[in-house]
Amino acid sequence: MIDWAWLAGHVDAIAYRTGQHLYLTALGVGIGFAISFVLALAAARYRILYPPISALAGILYTIPSLAIFAALISITGFTVVTAEVPLVMYTLVILVRNIVAGLDGVSDDVLEAANGMGHTRRQRLWRVELPLAVPLIVAGLRLATVSTIGLVTITGTISDAFGGLGYFILDGYHRTFPTEMYAGALPSILLALAVDLLFVRLQRRVTPWAHARALEAAA
Amino acid sequence: VNLVTATVAWLTNPAQWAGQFGIPNRLLEHVVIATISLAIALLIALPAGLAIGHTGRGAAIAAGLANLGRSLPSLAVIAIAIPITVHVDPVLGGTALPTLVAMVVLAIPPILVNAYTGIAEVDRDLIEAGRGMGMRERQILAGIELPVALPVVLGGIRSAAVQIVATATLGAIFGWGGLGRFLVDGIAQRDDGQVFGGVLLVGGLAIATEFAIGLLQRLARSPGLAEDATRPAVEIAPRPAIPGM
Repeated sequence: MIDWAWLAGHVDAIAYRTGQHLYLTALGVGIGFAISFVLALAAARYRILYPPISALAGILYTIPSLAIFAALISITGFTVVTAEVPLVMYTLVILVRNIVAGLDGVSDDVLEAANGMGHTRRQRLWRVELPLAVPLIVAGLRLATVSTIGLVTITGTISDAFGGLGYFILDGYHRTFPTEMYAGALPSILLALAVDLLFVRLQRRVTPWAHARALEAAA
Repeated sequence: VNLVTATVAWLTNPAQWAGQFGIPNRLLEHVVIATISLAIALLIALPAGLAIGHTGRGAAIAAGLANLGRSLPSLAVIAIAIPITVHVDPVLGGTALPTLVAMVVLAIPPILVNAYTGIAEVDRDLIEAGRGMGMRERQILAGIELPVALPVVLGGIRSAAVQIVATATLGAIFGWGGLGRFLVDGIAQRDDGQVFGGVLLVGGLAIATEFAIGLLQRLARSPGLAEDATRPAVEIAPRPAIPGM
Protein backbone atom coordinates (compact mmCIF):
# COMPACT_ATOMS: atom_id res chain seq x y z
CA MET A 1 0.00 0.00 0.00
CA ILE A 2 2.96 2.32 0.66
CA ASP A 3 5.16 3.07 -2.35
CA TRP A 4 8.59 3.15 -0.68
CA ALA A 5 10.42 3.93 -3.93
CA TRP A 6 8.40 7.15 -4.28
CA LEU A 7 9.24 8.12 -0.71
CA ALA A 8 12.94 7.43 -1.24
CA GLY A 9 12.92 9.61 -4.35
CA HIS A 10 11.13 12.47 -2.63
CA VAL A 11 13.14 12.94 0.56
CA ASP A 12 14.39 16.32 -0.68
CA ALA A 13 10.90 17.44 -1.64
CA ILE A 14 9.53 16.45 1.77
CA ALA A 15 12.37 18.30 3.52
CA TYR A 16 11.72 21.39 1.37
CA ARG A 17 7.99 21.35 2.13
CA THR A 18 8.66 20.85 5.85
CA GLY A 19 10.89 23.94 5.79
CA GLN A 20 8.23 25.87 3.91
CA HIS A 21 5.63 24.73 6.44
CA LEU A 22 7.73 26.08 9.32
CA TYR A 23 8.50 29.30 7.45
CA LEU A 24 4.82 30.05 6.66
CA THR A 25 3.90 29.20 10.27
CA ALA A 26 6.64 31.39 11.80
CA LEU A 27 5.76 34.32 9.53
CA GLY A 28 2.06 34.11 10.43
CA VAL A 29 2.60 33.73 14.18
CA GLY A 30 5.34 36.40 14.19
CA ILE A 31 3.23 39.05 12.49
CA GLY A 32 0.19 37.95 14.48
CA PHE A 33 2.11 38.34 17.72
CA ALA A 34 3.34 41.83 16.82
CA ILE A 35 -0.21 43.00 16.05
CA SER A 36 -1.71 41.21 19.08
CA PHE A 37 0.92 42.67 21.38
CA VAL A 38 0.01 46.24 20.40
CA LEU A 39 -3.74 45.52 20.55
CA ALA A 40 -3.43 43.79 23.94
CA LEU A 41 -1.39 46.59 25.50
CA ALA A 42 -3.93 49.11 24.23
CA ALA A 43 -6.83 47.01 25.53
CA ALA A 44 -5.18 46.49 28.93
CA ARG A 45 -4.56 50.22 29.28
CA TYR A 46 -7.88 51.42 27.88
CA ARG A 47 -10.38 48.80 29.04
CA ILE A 48 -13.14 50.12 26.82
CA LEU A 49 -11.17 48.82 23.79
CA TYR A 50 -11.21 45.22 24.92
CA PRO A 51 -14.84 44.28 24.07
CA PRO A 52 -14.73 45.53 20.44
CA ILE A 53 -11.25 44.08 19.77
CA SER A 54 -12.19 40.74 21.30
CA ALA A 55 -15.55 40.62 19.47
CA LEU A 56 -14.04 41.46 16.08
CA ALA A 57 -11.18 38.97 16.49
CA GLY A 58 -13.72 36.38 17.63
CA ILE A 59 -15.91 36.87 14.55
CA LEU A 60 -12.89 36.63 12.23
CA TYR A 61 -11.84 33.46 14.07
CA THR A 62 -15.27 31.94 13.42
CA ILE A 63 -15.10 32.24 9.62
CA PRO A 64 -13.83 29.00 8.06
CA SER A 65 -10.30 29.30 6.68
CA LEU A 66 -11.15 27.99 3.21
CA ALA A 67 -13.62 30.89 2.83
CA ILE A 68 -10.98 33.48 3.77
CA PHE A 69 -8.39 31.98 1.42
CA ALA A 70 -10.95 31.86 -1.41
CA ALA A 71 -12.04 35.46 -0.84
CA LEU A 72 -8.48 36.79 -0.79
CA ILE A 73 -7.48 35.07 -4.03
CA SER A 74 -9.76 37.49 -5.91
CA ILE A 75 -8.13 40.45 -4.17
CA THR A 76 -4.46 39.66 -3.57
CA GLY A 77 -4.09 36.86 -6.13
CA PHE A 78 -2.06 33.68 -5.81
CA THR A 79 0.51 35.36 -3.58
CA VAL A 80 2.05 34.77 -0.18
CA VAL A 81 -0.14 37.64 1.14
CA THR A 82 -3.23 35.52 0.43
CA ALA A 83 -1.68 32.71 2.45
CA GLU A 84 -0.49 34.84 5.37
CA VAL A 85 -3.40 37.23 6.02
CA PRO A 86 -5.74 34.47 7.27
CA LEU A 87 -2.96 32.84 9.29
CA VAL A 88 -2.26 36.16 11.03
CA MET A 89 -5.97 36.80 11.52
CA TYR A 90 -6.60 33.51 13.31
CA THR A 91 -3.76 34.06 15.81
CA LEU A 92 -5.23 37.39 17.00
CA VAL A 93 -8.08 36.06 19.12
CA ILE A 94 -5.85 33.57 20.93
CA LEU A 95 -2.89 35.91 21.46
CA VAL A 96 -4.80 39.07 22.44
CA ARG A 97 -6.88 37.11 24.94
CA ASN A 98 -3.87 35.43 26.52
CA ILE A 99 -1.72 38.57 26.69
CA VAL A 100 -4.54 40.56 28.32
CA ALA A 101 -5.32 37.67 30.68
CA GLY A 102 -1.62 37.51 31.57
CA LEU A 103 -1.51 41.21 32.40
CA ASP A 104 -4.77 40.90 34.35
CA GLY A 105 -3.23 38.14 36.42
CA VAL A 106 -0.65 40.47 37.98
CA SER A 107 -1.84 41.12 41.53
CA ASP A 108 -2.57 44.62 42.81
CA ASP A 109 0.00 44.18 45.59
CA VAL A 110 2.73 43.65 43.02
CA LEU A 111 1.63 46.73 41.07
CA GLU A 112 1.61 48.80 44.24
CA ALA A 113 5.06 47.57 45.21
CA ALA A 114 6.33 48.56 41.76
CA ASN A 115 4.76 52.01 42.17
CA GLY A 116 6.32 52.31 45.62
CA MET A 117 9.73 51.58 44.14
CA GLY A 118 9.28 54.62 41.94
CA HIS A 119 8.59 52.87 38.62
CA THR A 120 6.92 54.99 35.99
CA ARG A 121 3.93 53.42 34.31
CA ARG A 122 6.09 52.38 31.35
CA GLN A 123 8.83 50.91 33.53
CA ARG A 124 6.24 49.02 35.54
CA LEU A 125 4.77 47.51 32.36
CA TRP A 126 8.10 46.37 30.91
CA ARG A 127 9.90 45.36 34.10
CA VAL A 128 7.08 43.96 36.21
CA GLU A 129 3.81 43.29 34.40
CA LEU A 130 5.05 41.77 31.14
CA PRO A 131 7.60 39.45 32.79
CA LEU A 132 4.85 38.15 35.08
CA ALA A 133 2.53 37.68 32.08
CA VAL A 134 5.11 35.60 30.18
CA PRO A 135 3.68 32.18 31.17
CA LEU A 136 0.23 32.97 29.76
CA ILE A 137 1.78 34.66 26.71
CA VAL A 138 3.83 31.54 25.98
CA ALA A 139 0.71 29.41 26.49
CA GLY A 140 -1.05 31.59 23.88
CA LEU A 141 1.87 31.27 21.47
CA ARG A 142 1.68 27.51 21.88
CA LEU A 143 -2.01 27.34 20.93
CA ALA A 144 -1.56 29.85 18.09
CA THR A 145 1.47 28.08 16.61
CA VAL A 146 -0.07 24.61 16.70
CA SER A 147 -3.30 25.80 15.11
CA THR A 148 -1.35 27.74 12.47
CA ILE A 149 0.56 24.57 11.54
CA GLY A 150 -2.82 22.98 10.82
CA LEU A 151 -3.99 25.97 8.76
CA VAL A 152 -0.81 26.08 6.66
CA THR A 153 -1.79 22.71 5.15
CA ILE A 154 -4.92 24.43 3.75
CA THR A 155 -2.88 27.21 2.05
CA GLY A 156 -2.13 24.54 -0.57
CA THR A 157 -5.60 25.26 -1.98
CA ILE A 158 -4.35 28.71 -3.08
CA SER A 159 -1.55 27.39 -5.24
CA ASP A 160 0.96 24.53 -5.49
CA ALA A 161 3.59 27.06 -4.45
CA PHE A 162 2.20 27.04 -0.88
CA GLY A 163 0.71 24.53 1.49
CA GLY A 164 3.89 23.24 3.10
CA LEU A 165 3.30 19.54 3.73
CA GLY A 166 -0.36 20.05 2.78
CA TYR A 167 0.81 20.19 -0.84
CA PHE A 168 1.39 16.42 -0.77
CA ILE A 169 -2.07 15.80 0.68
CA LEU A 170 -3.81 17.72 -2.11
CA ASP A 171 -1.50 16.50 -4.91
CA GLY A 172 -1.74 12.91 -3.66
CA TYR A 173 -5.53 13.15 -3.59
CA HIS A 174 -5.74 14.50 -7.14
CA ARG A 175 -3.46 11.69 -8.35
CA THR A 176 -5.28 9.06 -6.20
CA PHE A 177 -1.92 8.21 -4.66
CA PRO A 178 -2.24 7.32 -0.93
CA THR A 179 1.53 7.23 -0.35
CA GLU A 180 1.85 10.90 -1.23
CA MET A 181 -1.17 11.80 0.93
CA TYR A 182 0.43 10.06 3.90
CA ALA A 183 3.75 11.76 3.11
CA GLY A 184 1.95 15.05 3.72
CA ALA A 185 -0.45 14.04 6.50
CA LEU A 186 1.84 12.16 8.89
CA PRO A 187 4.75 14.66 8.90
CA SER A 188 2.31 17.56 9.36
CA ILE A 189 0.83 15.83 12.42
CA LEU A 190 4.32 15.06 13.76
CA LEU A 191 5.33 18.68 13.15
CA ALA A 192 2.33 19.94 15.16
CA LEU A 193 3.03 17.52 18.01
CA ALA A 194 6.77 18.30 18.05
CA VAL A 195 6.15 22.05 18.19
CA ASP A 196 3.54 21.50 20.92
CA LEU A 197 6.08 19.54 23.01
CA LEU A 198 8.71 22.22 22.39
CA PHE A 199 6.33 24.82 23.81
CA VAL A 200 5.51 22.60 26.80
CA ARG A 201 9.24 22.58 27.64
CA LEU A 202 9.45 26.32 27.09
CA GLN A 203 6.44 26.78 29.40
CA ARG A 204 8.19 24.74 32.08
CA ARG A 205 11.30 26.82 31.69
CA VAL A 206 9.41 30.11 32.12
CA THR A 207 7.40 28.81 35.10
CA PRO A 208 9.92 26.83 37.17
CA TRP A 209 7.76 27.34 40.27
CA ALA A 210 4.83 25.36 38.77
CA HIS A 211 7.16 22.44 38.15
CA ALA A 212 8.65 22.69 41.64
CA ARG A 213 5.16 22.76 43.14
CA ALA A 214 4.14 19.67 41.16
CA LEU A 215 7.23 17.84 42.40
CA GLU A 216 6.46 18.90 45.95
CA ALA A 217 2.88 17.65 45.64
CA ALA A 218 4.13 14.35 44.23
CA ALA A 219 6.63 13.87 47.06
CA VAL B 1 -17.39 47.26 -7.09
CA ASN B 2 -16.81 44.52 -9.63
CA LEU B 3 -16.76 41.92 -6.87
CA VAL B 4 -19.97 43.27 -5.36
CA THR B 5 -21.91 43.24 -8.63
CA ALA B 6 -20.59 39.77 -9.49
CA THR B 7 -21.60 38.48 -6.06
CA VAL B 8 -25.05 40.05 -6.20
CA ALA B 9 -25.55 38.70 -9.72
CA TRP B 10 -24.57 35.21 -8.61
CA LEU B 11 -26.70 35.27 -5.47
CA THR B 12 -29.79 36.62 -7.27
CA ASN B 13 -29.56 34.21 -10.20
CA PRO B 14 -32.65 31.96 -9.88
CA ALA B 15 -30.60 29.01 -11.15
CA GLN B 16 -28.61 29.19 -7.91
CA TRP B 17 -31.71 28.59 -5.83
CA ALA B 18 -32.95 25.32 -7.28
CA GLY B 19 -31.85 21.76 -7.87
CA GLN B 20 -29.14 19.48 -6.56
CA PHE B 21 -26.36 22.03 -7.08
CA GLY B 22 -28.38 25.00 -5.79
CA ILE B 23 -27.77 26.95 -2.60
CA PRO B 24 -30.68 25.41 -0.60
CA ASN B 25 -29.51 21.85 -1.25
CA ARG B 26 -25.83 22.67 -0.57
CA LEU B 27 -26.83 24.38 2.69
CA LEU B 28 -28.94 21.36 3.63
CA GLU B 29 -26.01 18.99 2.91
CA HIS B 30 -23.73 21.14 5.06
CA VAL B 31 -26.17 21.34 7.97
CA VAL B 32 -27.04 17.62 7.83
CA ILE B 33 -23.41 16.39 7.89
CA ALA B 34 -22.59 18.95 10.62
CA THR B 35 -25.53 17.80 12.75
CA ILE B 36 -24.70 14.12 12.33
CA SER B 37 -21.05 14.63 13.27
CA LEU B 38 -21.91 16.87 16.24
CA ALA B 39 -24.37 14.21 17.46
CA ILE B 40 -21.74 11.45 17.21
CA ALA B 41 -19.11 13.62 18.94
CA LEU B 42 -21.58 14.49 21.72
CA LEU B 43 -22.47 10.81 22.24
CA ILE B 44 -18.77 10.01 22.71
CA ALA B 45 -17.40 13.07 24.48
CA LEU B 46 -20.23 14.25 26.73
CA PRO B 47 -20.76 11.11 28.87
CA ALA B 48 -16.98 10.67 29.13
CA GLY B 49 -16.44 14.31 30.10
CA LEU B 50 -19.23 14.28 32.71
CA ALA B 51 -17.93 11.05 34.25
CA ILE B 52 -14.35 12.36 34.41
CA GLY B 53 -15.48 15.67 35.89
CA HIS B 54 -17.65 13.97 38.51
CA THR B 55 -15.21 11.28 39.61
CA GLY B 56 -11.98 13.17 38.93
CA ARG B 57 -10.57 9.96 37.46
CA GLY B 58 -8.82 9.93 34.09
CA ALA B 59 -8.50 13.71 33.87
CA ALA B 60 -4.80 13.57 32.97
CA ILE B 61 -5.37 11.02 30.21
CA ALA B 62 -8.32 12.99 28.84
CA ALA B 63 -6.31 16.21 28.87
CA GLY B 64 -3.49 14.52 27.00
CA LEU B 65 -5.82 13.01 24.41
CA ALA B 66 -7.68 16.29 23.98
CA ASN B 67 -4.43 18.16 23.48
CA LEU B 68 -3.35 15.58 20.91
CA GLY B 69 -6.68 15.91 19.11
CA ARG B 70 -6.50 19.70 19.13
CA SER B 71 -3.05 19.59 17.51
CA LEU B 72 -4.20 17.53 14.51
CA PRO B 73 -4.35 19.46 11.21
CA SER B 74 -7.88 18.87 9.87
CA LEU B 75 -6.68 18.30 6.31
CA ALA B 76 -4.27 15.64 7.59
CA VAL B 77 -7.07 13.81 9.42
CA ILE B 78 -9.18 13.71 6.24
CA ALA B 79 -6.16 12.51 4.25
CA ILE B 80 -5.41 9.69 6.67
CA ALA B 81 -9.07 8.64 6.78
CA ILE B 82 -9.57 8.42 2.98
CA PRO B 83 -7.60 5.23 2.17
CA ILE B 84 -9.36 3.54 5.11
CA THR B 85 -12.91 4.77 4.46
CA VAL B 86 -12.63 3.87 0.76
CA HIS B 87 -12.45 0.24 1.89
CA VAL B 88 -15.66 0.68 3.89
CA ASP B 89 -17.65 2.28 1.06
CA PRO B 90 -16.09 2.82 -2.37
CA VAL B 91 -18.30 5.83 -3.19
CA LEU B 92 -18.95 7.71 0.08
CA GLY B 93 -15.56 6.58 1.42
CA GLY B 94 -13.79 8.91 -0.97
CA THR B 95 -16.02 11.93 -0.29
CA ALA B 96 -18.39 12.36 2.68
CA LEU B 97 -17.04 9.69 5.06
CA PRO B 98 -13.45 10.94 5.58
CA THR B 99 -14.77 14.46 6.16
CA LEU B 100 -17.27 13.09 8.67
CA VAL B 101 -14.49 11.20 10.46
CA ALA B 102 -12.37 14.36 10.68
CA MET B 103 -15.34 16.41 11.91
CA VAL B 104 -16.03 13.94 14.73
CA VAL B 105 -12.36 13.57 15.71
CA LEU B 106 -11.83 17.33 15.86
CA ALA B 107 -15.11 18.03 17.69
CA ILE B 108 -14.38 15.64 20.57
CA PRO B 109 -11.55 17.58 22.33
CA PRO B 110 -13.40 20.85 23.04
CA ILE B 111 -16.59 19.05 24.19
CA LEU B 112 -14.62 16.67 26.42
CA VAL B 113 -12.35 19.31 27.98
CA ASN B 114 -15.14 21.79 28.70
CA ALA B 115 -17.42 19.08 30.09
CA TYR B 116 -14.91 17.78 32.61
CA THR B 117 -13.36 21.11 33.60
CA GLY B 118 -16.86 22.63 33.94
CA ILE B 119 -18.02 19.83 36.23
CA ALA B 120 -14.73 19.67 38.16
CA GLU B 121 -14.84 23.42 38.86
CA VAL B 122 -18.26 23.30 40.55
CA ASP B 123 -18.04 24.62 44.11
CA ARG B 124 -17.36 21.68 46.46
CA ASP B 125 -19.69 23.20 49.09
CA LEU B 126 -22.66 22.83 46.74
CA ILE B 127 -21.90 19.17 46.25
CA GLU B 128 -21.45 18.59 49.98
CA ALA B 129 -24.80 20.29 50.56
CA GLY B 130 -26.37 17.90 48.06
CA ARG B 131 -24.78 14.90 49.77
CA GLY B 132 -26.03 16.22 53.11
CA MET B 133 -29.54 16.37 51.69
CA GLY B 134 -29.25 12.68 50.85
CA MET B 135 -28.87 13.06 47.06
CA ARG B 136 -27.40 10.10 45.19
CA GLU B 137 -24.26 10.58 42.98
CA ARG B 138 -26.40 10.53 39.85
CA GLN B 139 -28.75 13.13 41.31
CA ILE B 140 -25.81 15.34 42.28
CA LEU B 141 -24.47 15.16 38.72
CA ALA B 142 -27.84 15.84 37.07
CA GLY B 143 -29.29 18.20 39.68
CA ILE B 144 -26.29 20.26 40.83
CA GLU B 145 -23.14 19.84 38.78
CA LEU B 146 -24.63 19.86 35.30
CA PRO B 147 -26.88 22.93 35.77
CA VAL B 148 -24.04 24.93 37.35
CA ALA B 149 -21.51 23.85 34.72
CA LEU B 150 -23.94 24.17 31.78
CA PRO B 151 -22.54 27.44 30.34
CA VAL B 152 -19.03 25.96 30.30
CA VAL B 153 -20.27 22.69 28.79
CA LEU B 154 -22.16 24.63 26.10
CA GLY B 155 -19.01 26.68 25.44
CA GLY B 156 -17.24 23.48 24.44
CA ILE B 157 -20.16 22.43 22.23
CA ARG B 158 -20.07 25.88 20.62
CA SER B 159 -16.40 25.69 19.64
CA ALA B 160 -16.94 22.12 18.44
CA ALA B 161 -19.88 23.19 16.25
CA VAL B 162 -17.94 26.09 14.72
CA GLN B 163 -15.00 23.78 14.06
CA ILE B 164 -17.36 21.27 12.44
CA VAL B 165 -18.87 23.88 10.10
CA ALA B 166 -15.34 24.88 9.02
CA THR B 167 -14.15 21.30 8.51
CA ALA B 168 -17.26 20.49 6.44
CA THR B 169 -16.18 23.13 3.89
CA LEU B 170 -12.90 21.21 3.43
CA GLY B 171 -14.98 18.23 2.28
CA ALA B 172 -15.48 20.06 -1.02
CA ILE B 173 -11.74 19.74 -1.75
CA PHE B 174 -12.25 15.98 -1.58
CA GLY B 175 -15.22 15.83 -3.91
CA TRP B 176 -17.95 16.16 -1.35
CA GLY B 177 -20.81 18.72 -1.54
CA GLY B 178 -21.87 21.28 1.04
CA LEU B 179 -21.29 25.02 0.84
CA GLY B 180 -17.54 24.54 0.38
CA ARG B 181 -18.39 23.40 -3.18
CA PHE B 182 -18.98 27.05 -4.18
CA LEU B 183 -15.53 28.04 -2.87
CA VAL B 184 -13.63 25.20 -4.55
CA ASP B 185 -15.55 25.43 -7.85
CA GLY B 186 -15.43 29.22 -7.79
CA ILE B 187 -11.64 29.22 -7.46
CA ALA B 188 -11.26 26.57 -10.17
CA GLN B 189 -13.57 28.47 -12.58
CA ARG B 190 -12.16 31.90 -11.58
CA ASP B 191 -15.76 32.89 -10.84
CA ASP B 192 -15.53 35.70 -8.28
CA GLY B 193 -19.31 35.92 -7.85
CA GLN B 194 -19.51 32.26 -6.90
CA VAL B 195 -16.48 32.53 -4.57
CA PHE B 196 -17.84 35.54 -2.70
CA GLY B 197 -21.38 34.16 -2.64
CA GLY B 198 -19.88 31.03 -1.09
CA VAL B 199 -17.85 33.09 1.38
CA LEU B 200 -20.99 34.90 2.54
CA LEU B 201 -22.91 31.63 2.91
CA VAL B 202 -20.12 29.75 4.69
CA GLY B 203 -19.19 32.70 6.92
CA GLY B 204 -22.86 33.36 7.65
CA LEU B 205 -23.50 29.76 8.66
CA ALA B 206 -20.44 29.72 10.95
CA ILE B 207 -21.35 33.01 12.63
CA ALA B 208 -25.00 31.95 12.96
CA THR B 209 -23.87 28.71 14.64
CA GLU B 210 -21.61 30.64 17.01
CA PHE B 211 -24.37 33.08 17.94
CA ALA B 212 -27.12 30.48 18.30
CA ILE B 213 -25.15 28.37 20.77
CA GLY B 214 -23.79 31.55 22.41
CA LEU B 215 -27.39 32.59 23.05
CA LEU B 216 -28.14 29.21 24.64
CA GLN B 217 -25.05 29.70 26.78
CA ARG B 218 -26.25 33.10 27.94
CA LEU B 219 -29.69 31.68 28.78
CA ALA B 220 -28.05 28.86 30.73
CA ARG B 221 -25.96 31.23 32.82
CA SER B 222 -27.39 32.05 36.22
CA PRO B 223 -28.44 35.74 36.32
CA GLY B 224 -26.48 36.08 39.56
CA LEU B 225 -23.21 35.39 37.80
CA ALA B 226 -22.78 38.44 35.59
CA GLU B 227 -19.64 38.58 33.48
CA ASP B 228 -17.32 41.52 32.89
CA ALA B 229 -17.09 42.17 29.15
CA THR B 230 -13.92 44.23 29.57
CA ARG B 231 -11.93 41.20 30.68
CA PRO B 232 -11.15 37.94 28.89
CA ALA B 233 -13.94 35.49 29.70
CA VAL B 234 -11.89 32.57 30.85
CA GLU B 235 -14.62 29.97 30.42
CA ILE B 236 -15.28 30.60 26.75
CA ALA B 237 -13.17 28.61 24.31
CA PRO B 238 -10.51 29.02 23.12
CA ARG B 239 -9.59 29.07 26.77
CA PRO B 240 -6.46 30.95 27.68
CA ALA B 241 -4.34 27.89 28.19
CA ILE B 242 -3.09 27.59 31.72
CA PRO B 243 0.62 26.76 31.94
CA GLY B 244 1.17 23.12 32.65
CA MET B 245 -2.14 21.96 31.25
